[in-house]
Amino acid sequence: MNLNVNGEEHEIACSTLAELMAALDYEGSWLATAVNGELVHAADRDGWRLRDHDRIEILSPMKGG
Amino acid sequence: MLQVYDTEITSRLFLGTAGYPSPAVLSDAVRASGTQIITVSLRRETAGGKAGGAFFELIRGLGTKILPNTAGCHTTKEAVLTAKMAREVFKTNWIKLEVIGNQDTLQPDVFALVEAARILSNEGFEVFPYTTDDLVVAERLVEAGCRVLMPWCAPIGSAMGPQNLSALRSMRAHFPDVTLIVDAGIGRPSHATTVMELGFDAVLLNTAVAGAGNPAVMASGFAKAVEAGRLAFEAGMLEPRDMAVPSTPVIGKAVFS
Repeated sequence: MNLNVNGEEHEIACSTLAELMAALDYEGSWLATAVNGELVHAADRDGWRLRDHDRIEILSPMKGG
Repeated sequence: MLQVYDTEITSRLFLGTAGYPSPAVLSDAVRASGTQIITVSLRRETAGGKAGGAFFELIRGLGTKILPNTAGCHTTKEAVLTAKMAREVFKTNWIKLEVIGNQDTLQPDVFALVEAARILSNEGFEVFPYTTDDLVVAERLVEAGCRVLMPWCAPIGSAMGPQNLSALRSMRAHFPDVTLIVDAGIGRPSHATTVMELGFDAVLLNTAVAGAGNPAVMASGFAKAVEAGRLAFEAGMLEPRDMAVPSTPVIGKAVFS
C-alpha cells in the first residue's frame, strides 16, 4: 500500500494506523494522528483501516511561541 | 489574581518556549519568569524519532499550565485540525488560535480566525485568539465565544513594542470584562510595563526573552516589569500636564532677603 506519512511517500504492508505506526517505529503517548485531514484518536488507531494513498500526519510536541 | 477562563493565576506573564539556546536555558528562563502558563506547538515527528517525547517530558516537568498553539496554520481547516490534535496530546481545552494571513508581517487572517474560533468554541475549546487591535474583529471573536482576546502590539518577533497605543486603549475601554493579553511584538521590559499600565491583563512574549543575551535574567526583568505596570494601573497614575508643579510645599519657605 502506498501511503503518505508526514509528507513522505511510503510503500508499506499494513492494514491499520496502529500497524503503520509500529512499522515505522512511532511510539509514545505524546503523538497525535490524523488521516486525510481528520483527527484519529489514539484509542481508535487499532481499528482504523488505511486505504491506498491515504495521507497520514503524525505530530508531537514542539517548542512554540 | 487573574482569571483566565475558569483558571485563576497570579503571574501575568505568559512565556513562549521557542528559540532558546538549550533546554536548560529554557527551563531556567521559565523558572526565573515565575510564569504559570507556557506556550507550545505541534510539529511532524520523524519516523523513529523521540524528540517530541523529550520535549514533552521537559515541559511537563516545569509545573506550569500548557497553552498549545496553532502556529503556522493558514486556513480555518488547518487550525481546527491542529487544535484537535493538540487537545489529544496535551489534554487541555485551551488553544492559542493563530491563523496567519500575511507571510511578511505574520498578521492574522482575521476572517478565518473568527470562523475557526466559532467552530472550536462550539466544540468545547477555550480559545485564546491571536488577533489585531481591530475592535470589530474583537467583537466578532467575543460573539464566537472567546472570553480572552490576544491582540498584537507589533508583528511577531519584531521587538518594536506598542505601535498603536490609542488602539490598545480603545480595546481596553470597549472590553472591560474580557481578559486582554498583549501577544506579539514586545521587545523589552518597558514595552510590557507600558501595555500593563493601560490595564491589559497580561503579556505573552517569547523572542524578547529567548533571544536575550541572558534569557533567565531577562525573564526576571520582564516579570518585574509586568508587575510594575499592573501595580501602576491598579494604583492610578497621574495625568501628564504641560506646566511644572512644585512638589515641595512653598508655604513656610524661609525668606533670606
